[in-house]
Amino acid sequence: MNLNFDSQQLAFRDELRAFLRDHLPADIRTRMRDGDHSHIREDISDWQKILHRQGWGAPAWPKEFGGPGWSKPQQYIFDVECALADAPEQLAFGLKMVGPVIMRYGNAEQQQRFLPRIVAADDWWCQGYSEPGSGSDLASLRTRAERAGNDYIVNGQKVWNTLGQFANWIFCLVRTGNGGKPQQGISFLLIDMRTPGVKVQPTRLLDGGFEVNEIWFENVRVPMGNLIGEENRGWTYAKFLLGHERSNVAGIGAIKRELLRLKQIAARTQGETASLLHDPIFATRIAQVEIELRALEIISLRAMFEAERNSAPGPEASILKTRGTEIRQRISELQIDALGEAALTIAPRIDDDTPRAMLDYLNLRKLSIFGGSNEIQRNIIAQRILGL
Amino acid sequence: MDFSYTDEQQMLLDTARRFVGERYPFEYRQRVRDSAEGWSRETWLRLADLGLLALNVPESEGGLGAGPIETMLVCNALGEGLLLEPYVGSAVVATSVIAELGSPHQRQRWLPHLASGEVVALLAHDEPDSGDDFARVQTRARREGEHWRLDGRKSQVYHAPAANLLLVSARTEDDVLAVFAVPTNVPGVHLAAQKTVDDQCAANVHLDGAQVEADARLGADAQGALRNALDAGLAALCADAFGAMDKAFATTVDYCRSRTQFGAPIGTFQSLQHRMADMLMRLEEARAMSYLAASACSHSDLAERRAALAAAKALMGQCARHIGQQAIQLHGGMGMTDELAISHYFKRLIAFEFRNGSTDQHLRDYRKQLRAA
Ligand SMILES: Cc1cc2nc3c(=O)[nH]c(=O)nc-3n(C[C@H](O)[C@H](O)[C@H](O)COP(=O)(O)OP(=O)(O)OC[C@H]3O[C@@H](n4cnc5c(N)ncnc54)[C@H](O)[C@@H]3O)c2cc1C
Repeated sequence: MNLNFDSQQLAFRDELRAFLRDHLPADIRTRMRDGDHSHIREDISDWQKILHRQGWGAPAWPKEFGGPGWSKPQQYIFDVECALADAPEQLAFGLKMVGPVIMRYGNAEQQQRFLPRIVAADDWWCQGYSEPGSGSDLASLRTRAERAGNDYIVNGQKVWNTLGQFANWIFCLVRTGNGGKPQQGISFLLIDMRTPGVKVQPTRLLDGGFEVNEIWFENVRVPMGNLIGEENRGWTYAKFLLGHERSNVAGIGAIKRELLRLKQIAARTQGETASLLHDPIFATRIAQVEIELRALEIISLRAMFEAERNSAPGPEASILKTRGTEIRQRISELQIDALGEAALTIAPRIDDDTPRAMLDYLNLRKLSIFGGSNEIQRNIIAQRILGL
Repeated sequence: MDFSYTDEQQMLLDTARRFVGERYPFEYRQRVRDSAEGWSRETWLRLADLGLLALNVPESEGGLGAGPIETMLVCNALGEGLLLEPYVGSAVVATSVIAELGSPHQRQRWLPHLASGEVVALLAHDEPDSGDDFARVQTRARREGEHWRLDGRKSQVYHAPAANLLLVSARTEDDVLAVFAVPTNVPGVHLAAQKTVDDQCAANVHLDGAQVEADARLGADAQGALRNALDAGLAALCADAFGAMDKAFATTVDYCRSRTQFGAPIGTFQSLQHRMADMLMRLEEARAMSYLAASACSHSDLAERRAALAAAKALMGQCARHIGQQAIQLHGGMGMTDELAISHYFKRLIAFEFRNGSTDQHLRDYRKQLRAA
């Protein structure tokens, strides 16, 4: 057994670091560091284009679809280094979700039509799964698609569509069949958001930001050619996708970055006798979470190692998602705890860690809710891993 | 021992709750939040009409001369209503400072106006460097003929933009801790206001040669009165937070009763039932500590009082975090929205954790007075 990256992998890491230093624009990096989302659309797009020019636009994709053909450890190192460098997170909806589904279940025409535009940031995809009545119980979804000639007519409502206000495409789970188990009548449909009858309304969240949307479909005509795979088999594709969404699901890079930020805040905050980084009580809390992160990283690497041998990620993803989000939320708590009373004020203009820490704290409550809530993950662990 | 409320106390609680229910529904509160001022003078005058601003005004000045239990009950209700107006700051803390320190003339001059709502007064005491020592004040007061001249900086005065009177603590040339009544429109008083996480406002106050008349000084040595007022305010803040926790909890239980997933109300899932059982236990702890704070905040044994208040604030801060986080979690995505009240309870509770000394600070205070026997 050997827990370390080999020298080639370390050289790859150094290459990435140099690239990030030279090619990540300073203004984007600053905005990401400050949690400033005022230019988020451009920042994500511009960064995607820079990566694309380098041939790294789709780190996890095979070469035939425009990926760099990296191994899983390379993809992992890429994720971590990008997060540590305060690069914008690449849009997962195209690259990690609908892209892999199209590769696996889409036809050749769909692959040619959609995949290159995802890598080149020509299309902006969002995910249309959740509905007002169907969150954790996704299979109960009610948005309908009815056949009409060579089209589907779609009616219904989706909610919580992350960054959907910038999207021109949405992949949806829609109901096409009746009867049987609720999972059985679901299809996977790609919808051009500029089609008449699509209405998007951003939702204000508790931190004042607008990152999710409600989307209504009123008699929206969708060509049958936009159906992925077979009708009524969408649940299978969605499950495949959920597995994919979960590669580096623990978000190790972002956790490492925030742990560093926590230490920086602690180092410049005066405690009882020394800085909080050397305050016995506070430093013990930081030590605790850092130790938990070390364990999580090894669990993560091991899952990756296993996944490379067995292809499909299994229910271990639930462990990574749950622990990753718990540790990230814990670090966020420690950041505001370190700031103390200073964490209270939220400046309209963001120029240091202070307002960001509190806004992050509010915003990151989402981590244990979305992507399958942590309660649902525990149900999965109990049922699929333990067989209870 | 007696945990019941007197008839008068119960009536007071009912009055405050009725006010919140009828005059301060959440939709109204959100309109006020979105207004330019961020608080409502109309509401303030309504609180005056109900006599609630006179609660801590002595009977000799036409007030109710009520005590900490009454204050607790009113603040419970105002916390339940997510009140944006500076009740604790003006009607509890500042009112107590003037009532205790003021000469008869000064009391007559200010207290009736505080009770009627015309004057909103706030204590500006904490400073950037005050740390854990409440008496560490670097703001200076110098006598210049018929005037006092004030120089210094005060930090994070909650609600400051709403005030027309600041009670500024400062050290005189003979190093006495004194308090001065400083109208906010006096030249040399500058407020730098910032939004706080709970949609309120706090300001750093700069005093740059602010001049006030000789009569602006309230009493002589203000240390004891400041301590008393701050402690009364801390207990009131705890009561406000308890009200918010209570409401956040009840709202969450209701939500879990009505939200259906997998063909059943989510409240029927045992894992969530346990979560709500844990929340209830923390809520009861918080209630207990809020009682302790109200009972101890006017205790004459200062050490005992300080320990009780530190204990209350420390534990209630932890309860607030637990209940707030779980309330959001159990609401799922809806808990993340600005639209529902639950996220605003969450934010009020996180603000509570850090106001008037953080949980960590109060734990430290408590720890410092631990004795082996
Ligand atoms: C910021 C954010 C971004 C999102 N982005 C997207 C997106 O881009 N696309 C998309 O389709 N969706 C998105 N979602 C939706 C997300 O997937 C759902 O919020 C999530 O599935 C939970 O559903 P819900 O909000 O309806 O909560 P509910 O399912 O109503 O859950 C409420 C509470 O009950 C618990 N619960 C539910 N069932 C059980 C059970 N059986 N056992 C124990 N506990 C249970 C939950 O864990 C939660 O605590 C996003 C959500 C958020 C908050």
